[in-house]
Amino acid sequence: MSKLIVSPNPHIHSKDSTRSLMLDVVIALVPAVICSVVFYGWMELLVMAVSVGSCLLLEWAITRFMLKKNSTIGDLSAVVTGILLALNLPYNTPWWVVFVGAVVAIGVAKMTFGGIGQNIWNPALVGRVFLLVSFPTYMTGRWAAPQGLFGADAVSGATPLGVIQEGLMKGSTVQELTSSFDYKDLLFANLGGSAGEVCALALLAGFIYLCVRKVIKPWITLSIFGTVALVSLIFWGIDPSRFTDPLFNLLTGGLILGACFMATDYVTSPMSLWGGVVFGVGIGFLTMMIRYFGSYPEGVSFAILIMNSVVPLLDRWFKQKKFGRK
Amino acid sequence: MSKHTFSIGGVHPHDSKISRDCSIQPLPLPPTVYLSLSQHIGAPSKPIVEVGDKVKVGQPVAEPGGFVSAFIHSSVSGTVKSIGSRKDLAGNPQMCIEIAVEGDEWAEGIDTTDTLITAIPEDNKAIIEKIRLGGVVGLGGATFPTHVKLSPPPGSKCERVIINGCECEPYLTSDFRVLLEKGEQVVVGAAILAQVMGNVPCTIAIEENKPEAIAHIKEVIVKLGYKGIEVMPMKMRYPQGGEKQLIDAVMHRQVGSGALPISEGAVVQNVGTAIAVYDAVQKNKPLIDNTVTITGECFPRQANLLVRVGTPLQYILDYLGGIPEEAAKVISGGPMMGKAVSNLEAATLKGTGALLLLTEKQTLRAPESNCIRCGKCADACPMGLEPFRLNRLAKANDLEELENNSVQDCIECGCCLYSCPAHIQLLDNIRLAKAAVLGAIRARAAAAKAAQDAKK
Repeated sequence: MSKLIVSPNPHIHSKDSTRSLMLDVVIALVPAVICSVVFYGWMELLVMAVSVGSCLLLEWAITRFMLKKNSTIGDLSAVVTGILLALNLPYNTPWWVVFVGAVVAIGVAKMTFGGIGQNIWNPALVGRVFLLVSFPTYMTGRWAAPQGLFGADAVSGATPLGVIQEGLMKGSTVQELTSSFDYKDLLFANLGGSAGEVCALALLAGFIYLCVRKVIKPWITLSIFGTVALVSLIFWGIDPSRFTDPLFNLLTGGLILGACFMATDYVTSPMSLWGGVVFGVGIGFLTMMIRYFGSYPEGVSFAILIMNSVVPLLDRWFKQKKFGRK
Repeated sequence: MSKHTFSIGGVHPHDSKISRDCSIQPLPLPPTVYLSLSQHIGAPSKPIVEVGDKVKVGQPVAEPGGFVSAFIHSSVSGTVKSIGSRKDLAGNPQMCIEIAVEGDEWAEGIDTTDTLITAIPEDNKAIIEKIRLGGVVGLGGATFPTHVKLSPPPGSKCERVIINGCECEPYLTSDFRVLLEKGEQVVVGAAILAQVMGNVPCTIAIEENKPEAIAHIKEVIVKLGYKGIEVMPMKMRYPQGGEKQLIDAVMHRQVGSGALPISEGAVVQNVGTAIAVYDAVQKNKPLIDNTVTITGECFPRQANLLVRVGTPLQYILDYLGGIPEEAAKVISGGPMMGKAVSNLEAATLKGTGALLLLTEKQTLRAPESNCIRCGKCADACPMGLEPFRLNRLAKANDLEELENNSVQDCIECGCCLYSCPAHIQLLDNIRLAKAAVLGAIRARAAAAKAAQDAKK
């Protein structure tokens, strides 16, 4: 002891850090990553590697050379963005398309706004939606013959929601179209879709891990699920030949990935309980409106991005009750 | 598991009560004591002795300097060496009375035996006067003069006395040892407080990590036959021992912003205060010593010592073998709300409850990074505030919005900074903002009063 440190209280700190929280999210995503690699084969691993690699590289290069600050990649948030972006892309996306997605996600959606914590929209979703509107051919309808590892049952064809949308336009009813799907397949990764859509159980396991570790709180996710179930129950009840049923809507189109991992992103979601519930209800409702009445078969990404824009307002409207104040 | 706890926020740091098995030992008398004249909230006391005077243990050496103020008694016998300015533990100058210790002669009328006296005087006014003359102040942290707290303003009525034995801060064990070793005195002290407040029921709140204390106090209450006193085991959660939090936990009532606990019918006193009340009323012994925990993983000789008020910190640490090489920070109090000591020559005060030694690794703050809006600070805040927002407003120096967001309600418990994963110095900034807002509120009140006076 030579000199005493003097600083204000508190003198101890919890073990949580941005890095440890992001590491928990990465761990929670591992089952889904393994699942999608097993299902789609090494191509998926390549997409994953390019996505994570370019996200890290871009964030490092931007902080180092453009902002001339210490690199922030150590907080692992770029890894999370990279994995989420990859899970949102088809397994056979060309590497340069993945890279463009990473440029938009990290370069435009995240670093332009000031890096971690400052972005308004979920970076991975901005990247994904950019690719969706820019390269629709790579992003939809190219789900042909994946080479699954270990001879997993690979399915070719459009995504379930794409099948429904196309079929309805051709004049078929929903019952005819959904009869070709086995819902068990949806739970256990057996239908066409972007990588993260394929295994509901793996994603839910990750979600439960995050809740148990108290990294996220379940109310945003649960209110999305609840709203999607309720809205589709009403429409399906009115006309089952035109509208898909609740279970189908819960299990398809990346809803689970979006609700568990994208909508719960700290930075772009409200902090308060009721703000979160309103946020979730908004996402669920918009998702269903886009699915039923929009021109895209799938609406989770758009719904989340739209509700991201409302977050500052929700944070203003919904506050925790203060101690001893009415 | 107990469900009794406060309703908003809170954190649960590792309790690290490593000195819990060290029984209370008296510290040998130091060669010199330094009695600060500002050991309590309120006006500094005025010295009533002069340099060269001979004093005895328990003899008053300073009288209250105002309504909210307290007597100070000599904690040793000896000669007054000087009355002058001396640096306190933070290095700020404070008026102190220096007394050179000669023997250990007690003033007359003080009962120094261990006999337990359970018969409580009937005259409440006389009891409060004894507490006032005994220089008793709240030992839970705020050191508010106890006799003032026991004289509620007219129109308010006390419904329950709460004895705070939560000791929710990590590391601290002095209240635990007191409950275990001086349980009878605590219970009699509680009974005195309950009687003074109008024979109201009394709750002794103890956190669950002290099961021996809970069992012992329950036994003592049965043995002494008190009907109105109960023990309430509390769930472990910091800051349970905060006055407003404890009232919420025990009575399910929330004291309003800026209001006193008595507005919800509660009077809260710490375990140490209950002992001091017992000593003052039953034994005529003023507040001249208190139990201090000396602890820390890096400190080889943990202890709970009975220390005379005014003992230099260095003397206590030297008695236990000196400060180890790896200790980088000495804290007066617990790790969440204690104050870092910069001057080890400073002396203990009535309210000194612990000396905690931490290594650099244990206490060093990580560099600040961007807020990731995780909301952990808002979840942790026991007052339901939004520290991330207050921090932003503080940086913008927007006093009006800070007040609208209730920065003045902050109790500076440190939960926000403790839990922030981005290591943002939330409390540091909020504390400054709170001081500025409180200043503005006071200035406004003063201006309003002046305007009213001008009208008359």
